[in-house]
Amino acid sequence: MGWLEKTYNRIKKVKKKIDVPDGLWTKCANCSEIVYNKTLDENLRVCPKCNYHFYIGACYRIDITLDKDSFFQYNSTFNSSNPLNFPEYEEKLKKAEKSTNLDEAALIGEGKIGGREVAITVTDFGFMGGSMGLVVGERIATVVDKALEKHLPLIIISGSGGGARMQEGVLSLMQMAKVSASLAEFKTKGGLYISVLTHPTMGGAMASFASRGDIIIAEPGALLGFAGPRVIKQTIKQQIPKGFQRSESLLKHGMIDLVVDRNNIRSTLIKILDFLKK
Amino acid sequence: MDQRNRYTLDFEKPLIELENKIQELMGLTEKEGIDVKEEIKHLEMRLKNLEQKIFLNLTPWQRVQLARHPARPKTLTLIDLIFDEWLELHGDRLFSDDQAIVTGLGKMNEHRVVWMGHQKGESIKENLSRNFGMAHPEGYRKAKRLMNLAEKCSLPVVSFIDTPGAYPGIEAEQRGQAEAIAANLEKMSQLKVPIIVIIIGEGGSGGALGIGVGDKLLMLENAVYSVISPEGCAAILWDDQNKIEEAASALKLTANDLLKLDIIDGIIPEPQGGAQRDVGKTANNIKKAILRELEALRTMPVEELILRRKIGYRQMGKTRGEENG
Repeated sequence: MGWLEKTYNRIKKVKKKIDVPDGLWTKCANCSEIVYNKTLDENLRVCPKCNYHFYIGACYRIDITLDKDSFFQYNSTFNSSNPLNFPEYEEKLKKAEKSTNLDEAALIGEGKIGGREVAITVTDFGFMGGSMGLVVGERIATVVDKALEKHLPLIIISGSGGGARMQEGVLSLMQMAKVSASLAEFKTKGGLYISVLTHPTMGGAMASFASRGDIIIAEPGALLGFAGPRVIKQTIKQQIPKGFQRSESLLKHGMIDLVVDRNNIRSTLIKILDFLKK
Repeated sequence: MDQRNRYTLDFEKPLIELENKIQELMGLTEKEGIDVKEEIKHLEMRLKNLEQKIFLNLTPWQRVQLARHPARPKTLTLIDLIFDEWLELHGDRLFSDDQAIVTGLGKMNEHRVVWMGHQKGESIKENLSRNFGMAHPEGYRKAKRLMNLAEKCSLPVVSFIDTPGAYPGIEAEQRGQAEAIAANLEKMSQLKVPIIVIIIGEGGSGGALGIGVGDKLLMLENAVYSVISPEGCAAILWDDQNKIEEAASALKLTANDLLKLDIIDGIIPEPQGGAQRDVGKTANNIKKAILRELEALRTMPVEELILRRKIGYRQMGKTRGEENG
């Protein structure tokens, strides 16, 4: 233990300023429809016209997933540093902290969903692509170990574009092994793990925790996979088929259980937890 | 002819020039009877000094080039030299037999092991069939099958890492490249037998890690292990291919760097100039290291083995983080 100190830290009411661009209207990145921001918010930041799921931050995600005011955040005393003295890394971390109002790319803790207690992690694509360095790896391993210790179901909601954090070199790669070790122990000892995939979840995140849920749910249209489409295109020197690496394609190929609209994720989780309760 | 003459790295060129000059002078002695012994002796001395100067001060980028050297010994070459007896086993029982990952059984002295490794080709033709050592999901699933076999028969696993990365292709994605790697990470973290991992050439990110979790992690002196290639890193960070050398340094991907970071447990020495200069000696050094680790791990109780493995990865880099308050 030692470094981990659980604090009773109610999540602050989500400041809409963080997640929403200035102004009253937002142009949908997919269908170009101009949507009234209030309407977009009421629809959990999903385009009412084309069902495009906008990026949302980790705090807002917790807010729309868990029962009201039920989140207890685990605060780690272990903070981001620059283990390799990688050029320009500190600046990037500072910038990410400022733009997301988070101290790292993963938010961990426990809370209730439909009255049932769960351990939960959300990775935030807005914080350096949701990439996994030492701190994110440590946090995820911690929440998994906590879930094991307290016999809680585990929910990880991923939004990790790059997977590993390049600026931490092989140390970031080792986080995949670290998280997998905790997950494997949790699962072999009977723990239930539900993985929720959001746009985008790739690379080291997908190749460690995100693809290994007992049940895997994805938001529609999310980019999910190992290698990025650009790298694949460069390698095979061919056009990539339409819909490739999207949630619907993974469903077709048997890689995930369900594609669920953001509006229904909470109710789906409640249903699954109820079906599988011990 | 010496293999290294078939492929010369940029930084080796001054050495080759000197070698050629010495050859030329020797020819002169033979053919025309001119006595240039003194000059030859002088040049040989210069060659030795220059070799030392270059090879004792290799930059990270130069090591990347050595790690990718076409004549560098590949997994099956080493397997043949290391084991007294061995048998390759094929197929994942699900889809196909991936040629980019090889697996099998082997014996050295009294030790029996399950071995696995990435396999690059020795020729262009073989490289095409081996996919340059870039595995599809079925390669990782074949390796997992062998891990299960090792567990069932209580045999330790020795894994040889040498890949630019897992293959980034359409079919690889559709068949679950990420899942195949992730499943192996879980499997290896819980495996009830010792695992020794040796990075013999290129340790390319998740594709390397997919058969690279273990109790002991060793690297050949000029092998590299990185989360991204220096080329990829330079492209993403600086959008500038002139910064590859800088990226190679920043990534801390050499055996020396990774030993300092406590990520690997040891370095296996290579002959001066790289493993390709004396494959037999390289294999022998690897064999000695494997025997040493097998001896050390073989009496450890299973629970302790798995717990230590978990703690080992848990502690990595901890001292580098900032502890608050």
